[in-house]
Amino acid sequence: MTPRRAARTATACGVLLGAVAAAAGVAASLVAMPAAATPAATPAAIDAQGQIEDPVLQSRFESITKQLRCLVCQNESIADSNVELADQLRRQVREMLIAGKSDDAIFQFMTDRYGEFVRFNTPLEPKTLLIWGAPFLLMLIGAGAIYRIVRVRSRMPLDDEPASGTP
Amino acid sequence: MWKFLVPIVLFGGLVALFAFGLNPDRDLHALPSPLLGKPAPEFALQDVIDPNRVVSNAPLAGQIYLFNVWATWCAQCRQEHETLLEIAQQHVVPIVGLDWNDDRGKAVQWLQQLGNPYQGVGFDNDGRTAINWGVYGAPETFLVDARGRVLFKHIAPMTLEVWQEEFLPRIQAARRQQGGA
Repeated sequence: MTPRRAARTATACGVLLGAVAAAAGVAASLVAMPAAATPAATPAAIDAQGQIEDPVLQSRFESITKQLRCLVCQNESIADSNVELADQLRRQVREMLIAGKSDDAIFQFMTDRYGEFVRFNTPLEPKTLLIWGAPFLLMLIGAGAIYRIVRVRSRMPLDDEPASGTP
Repeated sequence: MWKFLVPIVLFGGLVALFAFGLNPDRDLHALPSPLLGKPAPEFALQDVIDPNRVVSNAPLAGQIYLFNVWATWCAQCRQEHETLLEIAQQHVVPIVGLDWNDDRGKAVQWLQQLGNPYQGVGFDNDGRTAINWGVYGAPETFLVDARGRVLFKHIAPMTLEVWQEEFLPRIQAARRQQGGA
């Protein structure tokens, strides 16, 4: 391998690595998105019903209501929305928490009535595998395509160099 | 040899995707109801006109009926009211109403002024029945079959067109099935 050819292969490999890293970044940010949409600590939401006495229940209440979509506004959580339906859904969550229901039971109650769309955090289940796996799948396809292009090109003769094998 | 097809197929795929995604007729707010095919939630509420009367879907077991969610604050409900009156006059199926998060006085006035297509109207002022039905807007109209299962949900004002194209065929099919069973 001539130095120039080596340099070109190295550049190509750099491009490949860069592209893979970029794809991985995109994939990671896509996966991180649902979590990023629900910041960890914010002041108590619009809530006319006051705090729940038990602080543990109150923090669960805040976490759950941030993860439920307000279907009237559709890009707000029921913790952030002040429409009447959101208020009534907050009441529902509060009552279920006080009745000792688990987080899963509350999410199940909501998805049974409003569908999967009501959840901001898509659970990782067999039927959601494509959603969670798509970024990685696309990354693999991209990496495969770049690998093939680089391999084919690194075998091509350089324009200003006699083709290998000729004296 | 077949490689020239790759961009054509990809292009065709994109065209199909955009045709679906950018279709102006697609209502982005309308969500499929998870209740379809499942038992309709039971309810028993005060009648909006007569507080001493209970409106419930339990006595409707064995019948196909419409369940229509409305309110006086909902402009589209007023728009569909004529259609509901017309459907009621056809006497195909009973219509049960749900007056959702509303003012009782205004609701009674509405029914007296515009006419009452409903067999009974449940007064749902705390929204609990609506939550059980997965209601997130008004108007919404559900079709429930004789076995008490939700057959169809229409999220928009009722029109005679929707009634004829979406509801009547399902009602007829359900009746045929009932007759055969």
